[in-house]
Amino acid sequence: MSPQEIRQVIIDILADIAPDEDLSTLKDDQSFRDQMELDSMDFLDIVMELRKRYRVQVPEEDYPQLDSMATTVSYLTPKMATCA
Amino acid sequence: MTYPNPADLPDSQRIVITGIGLTSPNGNSLSEMRDGLLNGKSGISDYEIRYFGKTIAGVCDFEIKKYQSRKDARRGTRAGSVGVWCANEAIVHSGIDWDNFDKSRVGVYVGVTEHGNVETETEIYEISQYDYDCQFWSHHHNPRTVANNPAGEIALHLSITGPHYTIGAACAAGNAGLIQAVQMLRLGECDLALAGGCSESIHTFGIFAGFNSQNALATHLDPTKASRPFDKDRNGIVVSEGGCLYTIERLEDAKKRNANIVAEIVGYGMNTDATDFVLPNAERQSQCMQMALNRAHLSPEQIDIVSTHATGTGQGDILEATAVHTVFGGCEKTLINNTKSFIGHTMGAAGALELAGNLPSFDDGVVHPTINVDTFDSDCPAINLVQNEAREVGKVEYILNSSFGMLGINSCVIVKRP
Repeated sequence: MSPQEIRQVIIDILADIAPDEDLSTLKDDQSFRDQMELDSMDFLDIVMELRKRYRVQVPEEDYPQLDSMATTVSYLTPKMATCA
Repeated sequence: MTYPNPADLPDSQRIVITGIGLTSPNGNSLSEMRDGLLNGKSGISDYEIRYFGKTIAGVCDFEIKKYQSRKDARRGTRAGSVGVWCANEAIVHSGIDWDNFDKSRVGVYVGVTEHGNVETETEIYEISQYDYDCQFWSHHHNPRTVANNPAGEIALHLSITGPHYTIGAACAAGNAGLIQAVQMLRLGECDLALAGGCSESIHTFGIFAGFNSQNALATHLDPTKASRPFDKDRNGIVVSEGGCLYTIERLEDAKKRNANIVAEIVGYGMNTDATDFVLPNAERQSQCMQMALNRAHLSPEQIDIVSTHATGTGQGDILEATAVHTVFGGCEKTLINNTKSFIGHTMGAAGALELAGNLPSFDDGVVHPTINVDTFDSDCPAINLVQNEAREVGKVEYILNSSFGMLGINSCVIVKRP
Protein backbone atom coordinates (compact mmCIF):
# COMPACT_ATOMS: atom_id res chain seq x y z
CA MET A 1 0.00 0.00 0.00
CA SER A 2 1.37 3.42 -0.92
CA PRO A 3 1.47 6.32 1.57
CA GLN A 4 -1.36 7.96 -0.36
CA GLU A 5 -3.45 4.80 -0.06
CA ILE A 6 -2.68 4.58 3.65
CA ARG A 7 -3.78 8.19 4.05
CA GLN A 8 -7.12 7.27 2.47
CA VAL A 9 -7.44 4.29 4.83
CA ILE A 10 -7.08 6.66 7.80
CA ILE A 11 -9.55 9.12 6.30
CA ASP A 12 -12.08 6.28 5.87
CA ILE A 13 -11.61 5.18 9.49
CA LEU A 14 -11.92 8.75 10.78
CA ALA A 15 -15.09 9.22 8.74
CA ASP A 16 -16.59 6.25 10.55
CA ILE A 17 -15.53 7.16 14.08
CA ALA A 18 -16.05 10.93 13.77
CA PRO A 19 -18.96 11.21 11.33
CA ASP A 20 -19.76 14.81 12.25
CA GLU A 21 -16.27 16.13 11.30
CA ASP A 22 -15.37 17.79 8.00
CA LEU A 23 -12.26 15.86 6.99
CA SER A 24 -11.68 17.75 3.75
CA THR A 25 -9.86 20.49 5.64
CA LEU A 26 -7.65 18.18 7.69
CA LYS A 27 -4.04 19.40 7.78
CA ASP A 28 -1.61 16.50 7.63
CA ASP A 29 1.12 18.12 9.68
CA GLN A 30 -1.11 19.19 12.58
CA SER A 31 -2.11 16.96 15.46
CA PHE A 32 -5.49 15.24 15.01
CA ARG A 33 -6.49 16.42 18.47
CA ASP A 34 -5.90 20.06 17.55
CA GLN A 35 -8.28 19.77 14.62
CA MET A 36 -10.93 17.29 15.74
CA GLU A 37 -12.79 16.21 18.83
CA LEU A 38 -10.99 12.92 19.44
CA ASP A 39 -10.54 11.33 22.84
CA SER A 40 -8.62 8.27 23.96
CA MET A 41 -11.50 5.94 23.09
CA ASP A 42 -11.49 7.34 19.55
CA PHE A 43 -7.78 6.61 19.20
CA LEU A 44 -8.47 3.08 20.35
CA ASP A 45 -11.06 2.94 17.56
CA ILE A 46 -8.34 3.79 15.03
CA VAL A 47 -6.14 1.05 16.47
CA MET A 48 -9.04 -1.44 16.44
CA GLU A 49 -10.06 -0.65 12.88
CA LEU A 50 -6.49 -1.05 11.61
CA ARG A 51 -6.43 -4.43 13.35
CA LYS A 52 -9.82 -5.50 11.99
CA ARG A 53 -9.43 -4.24 8.45
CA TYR A 54 -5.72 -4.89 7.79
CA ARG A 55 -4.53 -7.05 10.69
CA VAL A 56 -2.06 -4.29 11.56
CA GLN A 57 -1.03 -4.21 15.21
CA VAL A 58 -0.20 -0.91 16.90
CA PRO A 59 1.31 -1.58 20.33
CA GLU A 60 0.51 0.89 23.10
CA GLU A 61 4.02 2.30 23.20
CA ASP A 62 3.59 3.37 19.57
CA TYR A 63 0.35 5.33 20.11
CA PRO A 64 2.21 8.69 20.05
CA GLN A 65 3.03 7.87 16.43
CA LEU A 66 -0.66 8.40 15.62
CA ASP A 67 -0.48 12.10 16.50
CA SER A 68 -1.05 13.59 13.05
CA MET A 69 -1.85 12.28 9.60
CA ALA A 70 1.79 12.75 8.55
CA THR A 71 3.22 10.83 11.53
CA THR A 72 0.55 8.15 11.21
CA VAL A 73 1.21 7.54 7.51
CA SER A 74 4.94 7.55 8.10
CA TYR A 75 4.57 5.04 10.94
CA LEU A 76 2.21 2.74 9.02
CA THR A 77 3.99 2.75 5.65
CA PRO A 78 6.44 -0.07 6.47
CA LYS A 79 3.77 -1.97 8.44
CA MET A 80 1.25 -1.85 5.60
CA ALA A 81 3.63 -2.25 2.67
CA THR A 82 2.21 -5.68 1.87
CA CYS A 83 -1.43 -4.84 2.60
CA ALA A 84 -3.81 -4.98 -0.32
CA MET B 1 -48.80 0.84 57.79
CA THR B 2 -51.06 3.87 57.54
CA TYR B 3 -50.01 6.44 55.00
CA PRO B 4 -51.08 10.09 55.18
CA ASN B 5 -53.89 11.08 52.85
CA PRO B 6 -52.16 12.69 49.85
CA ALA B 7 -54.78 15.45 49.88
CA ASP B 8 -53.58 16.44 53.38
CA LEU B 9 -49.89 16.56 52.46
CA PRO B 10 -48.13 19.92 52.18
CA ASP B 11 -47.23 20.97 48.62
CA SER B 12 -43.61 20.08 49.42
CA GLN B 13 -44.66 16.41 49.64
CA ARG B 14 -47.14 16.30 46.78
CA ILE B 15 -45.55 15.07 43.57
CA VAL B 16 -46.67 16.04 40.08
CA ILE B 17 -45.89 15.20 36.47
CA THR B 18 -45.16 18.32 34.44
CA GLY B 19 -43.62 17.05 31.20
CA ILE B 20 -43.69 13.96 28.98
CA GLY B 21 -41.20 12.78 26.39
CA LEU B 22 -41.71 9.52 24.59
CA THR B 23 -41.10 7.33 21.60
CA SER B 24 -43.37 4.41 20.91
CA PRO B 25 -44.07 2.18 17.93
CA ASN B 26 -47.16 4.28 17.17
CA GLY B 27 -45.81 7.77 17.71
CA ASN B 28 -42.95 9.97 18.85
CA SER B 29 -45.03 12.37 20.92
CA LEU B 30 -47.95 12.02 23.29
CA SER B 31 -50.35 13.56 20.76
CA GLU B 32 -49.27 11.14 18.01
CA MET B 33 -49.50 8.18 20.35
CA ARG B 34 -52.89 9.25 21.71
CA ASP B 35 -54.20 9.73 18.20
CA GLY B 36 -53.17 6.16 17.41
CA LEU B 37 -54.77 4.83 20.59
CA LEU B 38 -58.10 6.53 19.91
CA ASN B 39 -58.15 5.47 16.26
CA GLY B 40 -57.11 1.85 16.57
CA LYS B 41 -53.70 2.33 14.97
CA SER B 42 -51.31 -0.51 15.71
CA GLY B 43 -47.57 0.12 15.74
CA ILE B 44 -46.59 -3.48 15.09
CA SER B 45 -44.84 -4.52 11.88
CA ASP B 46 -42.80 -7.29 10.27
CA TYR B 47 -39.26 -7.47 11.60
CA GLU B 48 -36.14 -9.51 11.07
CA ILE B 49 -33.18 -10.00 13.34
CA ARG B 50 -29.87 -11.85 13.16
CA TYR B 51 -30.03 -15.59 13.90
CA PHE B 52 -33.70 -15.59 14.83
CA GLY B 53 -34.92 -14.51 11.40
CA LYS B 54 -38.34 -13.20 10.48
CA THR B 55 -40.68 -12.20 13.28
CA ILE B 56 -42.82 -9.21 14.28
CA ALA B 57 -42.03 -6.30 16.57
CA GLY B 58 -42.79 -2.73 17.52
CA VAL B 59 -40.11 -0.44 16.09
CA CYS B 60 -39.57 3.24 16.95
CA ASP B 61 -38.49 5.77 14.31
CA PHE B 62 -37.67 8.91 16.30
CA GLU B 63 -35.17 11.34 14.78
CA ILE B 64 -31.94 10.59 16.65
CA LYS B 65 -30.10 13.54 15.10
CA LYS B 66 -32.54 16.03 16.60
CA TYR B 67 -30.67 15.81 19.91
CA GLN B 68 -27.58 13.63 19.42
CA SER B 69 -24.53 14.04 17.21
CA ARG B 70 -23.86 11.05 15.00
CA LYS B 71 -20.70 10.46 16.97
CA ASP B 72 -22.52 10.35 20.32
CA ALA B 73 -25.13 7.98 18.91
CA ARG B 74 -22.38 5.71 17.60
CA ARG B 75 -20.46 5.84 20.87
CA GLY B 76 -23.50 5.01 22.97
CA THR B 77 -26.32 2.49 22.88
CA ARG B 78 -29.77 2.37 21.35
CA ALA B 79 -31.25 2.51 24.86
CA GLY B 80 -29.13 5.61 25.48
CA SER B 81 -30.45 7.25 22.31
CA VAL B 82 -34.02 6.40 23.29
CA GLY B 83 -33.34 7.95 26.71
CA VAL B 84 -31.70 11.09 25.33
CA TRP B 85 -34.66 11.62 22.99
CA CYS B 86 -37.25 11.15 25.72
CA ALA B 87 -35.40 13.31 28.25
CA ASN B 88 -35.04 16.21 25.82
CA GLU B 89 -38.65 15.96 24.69
CA ALA B 90 -39.85 15.88 28.31
CA ILE B 91 -37.83 18.97 29.22
CA VAL B 92 -39.18 20.85 26.21
CA HIS B 93 -42.74 19.77 27.07
CA SER B 94 -42.30 20.83 30.70
CA GLY B 95 -41.38 24.41 29.82
CA ILE B 96 -38.59 24.34 32.42
CA ASP B 97 -35.92 27.02 31.97
CA TRP B 98 -33.32 24.30 31.47
CA ASP B 99 -30.33 26.56 30.79
CA ASN B 100 -30.73 28.18 34.19
CA PHE B 101 -31.78 25.09 36.15
CA ASP B 102 -29.34 23.79 38.78
CA LYS B 103 -28.22 20.52 37.14
CA SER B 104 -26.83 19.22 40.42
CA ARG B 105 -30.42 19.05 41.71
CA VAL B 106 -31.71 16.84 38.88
CA GLY B 107 -32.07 13.09 39.40
CA VAL B 108 -32.30 10.61 36.50
CA TYR B 109 -34.16 7.38 37.32
CA VAL B 110 -34.64 5.10 34.33
CA GLY B 111 -36.41 1.77 34.57
CA VAL B 112 -34.97 -1.03 32.44
CA THR B 113 -36.02 -4.62 31.93
CA GLU B 114 -32.48 -5.58 30.98
CA HIS B 115 -29.48 -3.78 29.61
CA GLY B 116 -26.37 -4.91 27.77
CA ASN B 117 -27.69 -7.90 25.88
CA VAL B 118 -27.74 -5.99 22.59
CA GLU B 119 -24.10 -4.93 22.86
CA THR B 120 -22.91 -8.29 24.12
CA GLU B 121 -24.62 -10.13 21.27
CA THR B 122 -23.14 -7.66 18.80
CA GLU B 123 -19.61 -8.10 20.12
CA ILE B 124 -19.88 -11.89 20.08
CA TYR B 125 -21.10 -11.68 16.50
CA GLU B 126 -18.17 -9.35 15.66
CA ILE B 127 -15.50 -11.65 17.07
CA SER B 128 -17.16 -14.62 15.37
CA GLN B 129 -15.99 -12.95 12.15
CA TYR B 130 -12.43 -13.21 13.51
CA ASP B 131 -12.46 -16.81 14.72
CA TYR B 132 -13.54 -15.67 18.20
CA ASP B 133 -10.24 -13.88 18.80
CA CYS B 134 -10.87 -11.56 21.79
CA GLN B 135 -8.39 -8.96 20.57
CA PHE B 136 -11.23 -7.84 18.27
CA TRP B 137 -13.61 -7.26 21.21
CA SER B 138 -14.52 -3.55 21.44
CA HIS B 139 -13.16 -1.21 24.09
CA HIS B 140 -16.64 0.37 24.01
CA HIS B 141 -18.21 -2.79 25.43
CA ASN B 142 -18.00 -1.94 29.12
CA PRO B 143 -19.30 1.66 29.04
CA ARG B 144 -22.09 0.48 26.77
CA THR B 145 -23.13 -2.43 28.96
CA VAL B 146 -22.85 -1.08 32.50
CA ALA B 147 -26.32 -1.24 34.00
CA ASN B 148 -26.57 2.54 34.44
CA ASN B 149 -25.86 3.19 30.74
CA PRO B 150 -29.15 4.71 29.51
CA ALA B 151 -29.44 6.99 32.55
CA GLY B 152 -25.76 7.88 32.32
CA GLU B 153 -26.03 8.83 28.65
CA ILE B 154 -28.92 11.14 29.51
CA ALA B 155 -26.92 12.77 32.32
CA LEU B 156 -23.85 13.13 30.10
CA HIS B 157 -25.87 14.63 27.27
CA LEU B 158 -27.73 17.13 29.46
CA SER B 159 -24.80 17.93 31.80
CA ILE B 160 -26.78 16.66 34.78
CA THR B 161 -24.56 16.27 37.84
CA GLY B 162 -27.18 14.97 40.25
CA PRO B 163 -27.70 11.25 40.82
CA HIS B 164 -28.36 8.97 37.85
CA TYR B 165 -29.05 5.26 37.73
CA THR B 166 -31.26 2.67 36.19
CA ILE B 167 -33.74 0.57 38.07
CA GLY B 168 -33.71 -3.05 36.96
CA ALA B 169 -37.25 -4.20 37.57
CA ALA B 170 -38.10 -6.47 34.61
CA CYS B 171 -41.30 -5.29 33.00
CA ALA B 172 -42.40 -3.40 36.11
CA ALA B 173 -39.48 -1.02 35.55
CA GLY B 174 -41.32 1.93 34.02
CA ASN B 175 -43.52 2.28 37.08
CA ALA B 176 -40.53 1.62 39.33
CA GLY B 177 -38.75 4.60 37.76
CA LEU B 178 -41.70 6.83 38.59
CA ILE B 179 -41.92 5.50 42.14
CA GLN B 180 -38.20 6.12 42.65
CA ALA B 181 -38.71 9.71 41.52
CA VAL B 182 -41.58 10.24 43.98
CA GLN B 183 -39.50 8.91 46.85
CA MET B 184 -36.38 10.93 45.99
CA LEU B 185 -38.37 14.16 45.55
CA ARG B 186 -40.11 13.62 48.89
CA LEU B 187 -36.74 13.00 50.54
CA GLY B 188 -35.36 16.20 49.03
CA GLU B 189 -32.63 14.31 47.18
CA CYS B 190 -33.39 16.24 44.00
CA ASP B 191 -35.62 19.12 42.85
CA LEU B 192 -36.46 17.67 39.47
CA ALA B 193 -36.60 14.05 38.37
CA LEU B 194 -36.35 12.69 34.86
CA ALA B 195 -37.96 9.33 35.36
CA GLY B 196 -39.70 6.50 33.56
CA GLY B 197 -38.34 3.68 31.46
CA CYS B 198 -36.48 2.80 28.27
CA SER B 199 -36.10 -0.33 26.17
CA GLU B 200 -33.93 -1.36 23.24
CA SER B 201 -35.00 -4.99 23.51
CA ILE B 202 -35.90 -5.59 19.86
CA HIS B 203 -32.21 -5.36 19.00
CA THR B 204 -31.33 -8.50 20.93
CA PHE B 205 -32.21 -11.75 19.18
CA GLY B 206 -32.10 -13.48 22.55
CA ILE B 207 -35.34 -11.96 23.78
CA PHE B 208 -37.22 -13.26 20.72
CA ALA B 209 -35.55 -16.66 20.91
CA GLY B 210 -36.13 -16.87 24.66
CA PHE B 211 -39.84 -16.09 24.46
CA ASN B 212 -40.14 -18.42 21.47
CA SER B 213 -38.57 -21.29 23.40
CA GLN B 214 -40.95 -20.47 26.24
CA ASN B 215 -43.86 -20.73 23.73
CA ALA B 216 -44.66 -17.13 24.65
CA LEU B 217 -43.78 -15.23 21.44
CA ALA B 218 -46.76 -13.97 19.44
CA THR B 219 -47.18 -14.99 15.82
CA HIS B 220 -49.80 -13.78 13.33
CA LEU B 221 -49.97 -13.39 9.55
CA ASP B 222 -51.05 -9.78 10.10
CA PRO B 223 -48.55 -8.10 12.47
CA THR B 224 -51.11 -5.49 13.52
CA LYS B 225 -53.28 -8.27 14.95
CA ALA B 226 -50.52 -10.15 16.76
CA SER B 227 -50.76 -8.36 20.10
CA ARG B 228 -54.17 -9.37 21.47
CA PRO B 229 -54.36 -9.39 25.26
CA PHE B 230 -57.52 -10.95 26.70
CA ASP B 231 -58.58 -12.32 23.30
CA LYS B 232 -59.34 -16.03 23.09
CA ASP B 233 -56.89 -16.49 20.19
CA ARG B 234 -53.92 -14.69 21.71
CA ASN B 235 -50.68 -16.62 21.44
CA GLY B 236 -47.98 -14.59 23.12
CA ILE B 237 -45.96 -11.40 23.50
CA VAL B 238 -44.99 -8.93 20.76
CA VAL B 239 -41.58 -7.50 21.64
CA SER B 240 -41.22 -3.74 21.15
CA GLU B 241 -38.77 -0.96 21.81
CA GLY B 242 -39.73 2.38 23.29
CA GLY B 243 -39.16 4.94 25.96
CA CYS B 244 -41.04 7.38 28.13
CA LEU B 245 -39.56 9.82 30.60
CA TYR B 246 -41.40 12.38 32.67
CA THR B 247 -40.31 15.56 34.36
CA ILE B 248 -41.54 15.13 37.92
CA GLU B 249 -41.49 17.83 40.58
CA ARG B 250 -42.81 18.73 43.98
CA LEU B 251 -46.12 20.58 43.67
CA GLU B 252 -44.71 23.67 45.39
CA ASP B 253 -41.94 23.98 42.79
CA ALA B 254 -44.33 23.36 39.91
CA LYS B 255 -46.66 26.07 41.23
CA LYS B 256 -43.76 28.49 41.68
CA ARG B 257 -42.85 28.30 38.02
CA ASN B 258 -46.49 28.22 36.94
CA ALA B 259 -46.00 24.83 35.30
CA ASN B 260 -48.61 22.95 33.32
CA ILE B 261 -49.42 20.09 35.69
CA VAL B 262 -50.36 16.93 33.81
CA ALA B 263 -51.16 14.67 36.78
CA GLU B 264 -50.43 14.13 40.46
CA ILE B 265 -48.95 10.82 41.59
CA VAL B 266 -51.11 10.00 44.61
CA GLY B 267 -50.47 6.32 45.16
CA TYR B 268 -48.15 3.47 44.37
CA GLY B 269 -47.40 -0.05 45.43
CA MET B 270 -44.66 -2.57 44.79
CA ASN B 271 -44.49 -6.14 46.01
CA THR B 272 -43.19 -9.58 45.07
CA ASP B 273 -44.88 -12.88 44.27
CA ALA B 274 -42.10 -15.08 45.67
CA THR B 275 -43.75 -18.01 43.91
CA ASP B 276 -42.26 -18.52 40.43
CA PHE B 277 -39.63 -17.30 37.96
CA VAL B 278 -42.15 -16.50 35.23
CA LEU B 279 -45.72 -17.40 36.21
CA PRO B 280 -47.49 -14.42 37.78
CA ASN B 281 -49.48 -14.61 41.00
CA ALA B 282 -52.96 -13.09 40.90
CA GLU B 283 -53.22 -12.74 44.68
CA ARG B 284 -49.99 -10.73 44.89
CA GLN B 285 -51.05 -8.58 41.94
CA SER B 286 -54.36 -7.73 43.58
CA GLN B 287 -52.51 -6.99 46.81
CA CYS B 288 -50.24 -4.62 44.90
CA MET B 289 -53.27 -2.78 43.46
CA GLN B 290 -54.72 -2.57 46.95
CA MET B 291 -51.42 -1.21 48.32
CA ALA B 292 -51.59 1.63 45.79
CA LEU B 293 -55.23 2.30 46.68
CA ASN B 294 -54.40 2.36 50.39
CA ARG B 295 -51.58 4.83 49.87
CA ALA B 296 -53.88 7.03 47.80
CA HIS B 297 -56.72 6.72 50.36
CA LEU B 298 -59.06 5.57 47.61
CA SER B 299 -61.63 2.83 47.28
CA PRO B 300 -61.62 0.75 44.06
CA GLU B 301 -64.80 2.34 42.69
CA GLN B 302 -63.07 5.73 42.68
CA ILE B 303 -60.67 4.53 39.97
CA ASP B 304 -61.95 5.47 36.51
CA ILE B 305 -59.37 3.63 34.38
CA VAL B 306 -57.26 0.57 35.12
CA SER B 307 -54.44 0.35 32.58
CA THR B 308 -53.51 -3.33 32.58
CA HIS B 309 -50.15 -4.94 32.07
CA ALA B 310 -51.52 -7.96 30.15
CA THR B 311 -49.07 -9.11 27.47
CA GLY B 312 -51.11 -11.61 25.50
CA THR B 313 -49.86 -14.80 27.08
CA GLY B 314 -52.29 -17.59 27.96
CA GLN B 315 -51.78 -17.78 31.71
CA GLY B 316 -50.60 -14.23 32.34
CA ASP B 317 -53.76 -12.59 31.05
CA ILE B 318 -56.03 -14.95 32.99
CA LEU B 319 -54.14 -14.29 36.22
CA GLU B 320 -54.20 -10.52 35.76
CA ALA B 321 -57.91 -10.56 34.89
CA THR B 322 -58.40 -12.54 38.09
CA ALA B 323 -56.50 -9.90 40.07
CA VAL B 324 -58.42 -7.04 38.44
CA HIS B 325 -61.72 -8.86 39.07
CA THR B 326 -60.78 -9.38 42.72
CA VAL B 327 -60.21 -5.66 43.31
CA PHE B 328 -62.54 -4.02 40.78
CA GLY B 329 -65.14 -6.73 40.15
CA GLY B 330 -67.91 -4.78 41.86
CA CYS B 331 -67.02 -1.42 40.34
CA GLU B 332 -69.41 -0.67 37.49
CA LYS B 333 -67.84 2.69 36.67
CA THR B 334 -64.23 1.49 36.53
CA LEU B 335 -63.10 0.75 32.97
CA ILE B 336 -60.21 -1.50 32.02
CA ASN B 337 -57.93 -1.12 29.00
CA ASN B 338 -54.63 -2.31 27.58
CA THR B 339 -52.04 -0.40 25.56
CA LYS B 340 -49.90 -3.38 24.52
CA SER B 341 -52.62 -4.37 22.07
CA PHE B 342 -51.46 -1.33 20.04
CA ILE B 343 -47.73 -1.08 20.66
CA GLY B 344 -46.68 -4.52 21.90
CA HIS B 345 -44.60 -4.99 24.99
CA THR B 346 -42.09 -2.17 25.34
CA MET B 347 -40.49 -3.94 28.30
CA GLY B 348 -38.72 -1.45 30.59
CA ALA B 349 -40.67 1.41 29.03
CA ALA B 350 -44.06 -0.30 29.27
CA GLY B 351 -45.23 1.05 32.62
CA ALA B 352 -44.30 4.63 31.79
CA LEU B 353 -45.54 4.56 28.18
CA GLU B 354 -48.84 2.88 28.99
CA LEU B 355 -49.55 5.43 31.69
CA ALA B 356 -48.70 8.25 29.26
CA GLY B 357 -51.17 6.99 26.67
CA ASN B 358 -53.95 7.22 29.25
CA LEU B 359 -53.11 10.65 30.71
CA PRO B 360 -54.94 12.64 28.01
CA SER B 361 -58.17 11.11 29.39
CA PHE B 362 -58.02 13.82 32.04
CA ASP B 363 -58.53 16.36 29.25
CA ASP B 364 -60.65 14.58 26.65
CA GLY B 365 -62.77 12.36 28.90
CA VAL B 366 -62.23 9.39 26.59
CA VAL B 367 -60.92 5.94 27.53
CA HIS B 368 -58.80 4.36 24.82
CA PRO B 369 -59.74 0.79 23.99
CA THR B 370 -57.97 -2.56 23.90
CA ILE B 371 -57.82 -3.60 20.27
CA ASN B 372 -57.77 -7.05 18.69
CA VAL B 373 -60.34 -8.46 21.10
CA ASP B 374 -62.47 -10.47 18.67
CA THR B 375 -63.67 -12.85 21.38
CA PHE B 376 -63.02 -12.08 25.04
CA ASP B 377 -61.44 -15.16 26.58
CA SER B 378 -64.10 -16.80 28.72
CA ASP B 379 -61.36 -18.28 30.91
CA CYS B 380 -60.69 -14.73 32.15
CA PRO B 381 -63.03 -13.53 34.89
CA ALA B 382 -65.35 -10.77 33.71
CA ILE B 383 -63.74 -7.32 33.71
CA ASN B 384 -65.06 -4.02 32.32
CA LEU B 385 -62.70 -4.16 29.33
CA VAL B 386 -63.12 -1.36 26.80
CA GLN B 387 -62.97 -3.39 23.60
CA ASN B 388 -61.93 -2.16 20.15
CA GLU B 389 -63.66 1.25 20.27
CA ALA B 390 -62.74 4.21 22.47
CA ARG B 391 -65.39 5.16 25.00
CA GLU B 392 -66.42 8.65 26.06
CA VAL B 393 -66.96 8.75 29.79
CA GLY B 394 -66.83 12.43 30.69
CA LYS B 395 -64.72 13.36 33.67
CA VAL B 396 -61.81 11.07 34.56
CA GLU B 397 -60.46 11.60 38.06
CA TYR B 398 -58.10 8.67 38.78
CA ILE B 399 -56.06 6.20 36.69
CA LEU B 400 -54.37 3.09 38.07
CA ASN B 401 -51.50 1.77 35.96
CA SER B 402 -50.19 -1.77 36.48
CA SER B 403 -46.86 -3.24 35.38
CA PHE B 404 -45.65 -6.69 36.36
CA GLY B 405 -42.49 -8.59 35.54
CA MET B 406 -40.50 -11.79 35.73
CA LEU B 407 -39.29 -13.08 39.10
CA GLY B 408 -42.64 -11.94 40.42
CA ILE B 409 -42.16 -8.17 40.58
CA ASN B 410 -45.39 -6.14 40.72
CA SER B 411 -45.96 -2.40 40.53
CA CYS B 412 -48.98 -0.12 40.47
CA VAL B 413 -49.13 3.68 40.21
CA ILE B 414 -52.22 5.84 40.71
CA VAL B 415 -52.40 9.30 39.21
CA LYS B 416 -55.00 11.98 39.84
CA ARG B 417 -56.46 14.62 37.58
CA PRO B 418 -54.59 17.89 38.27
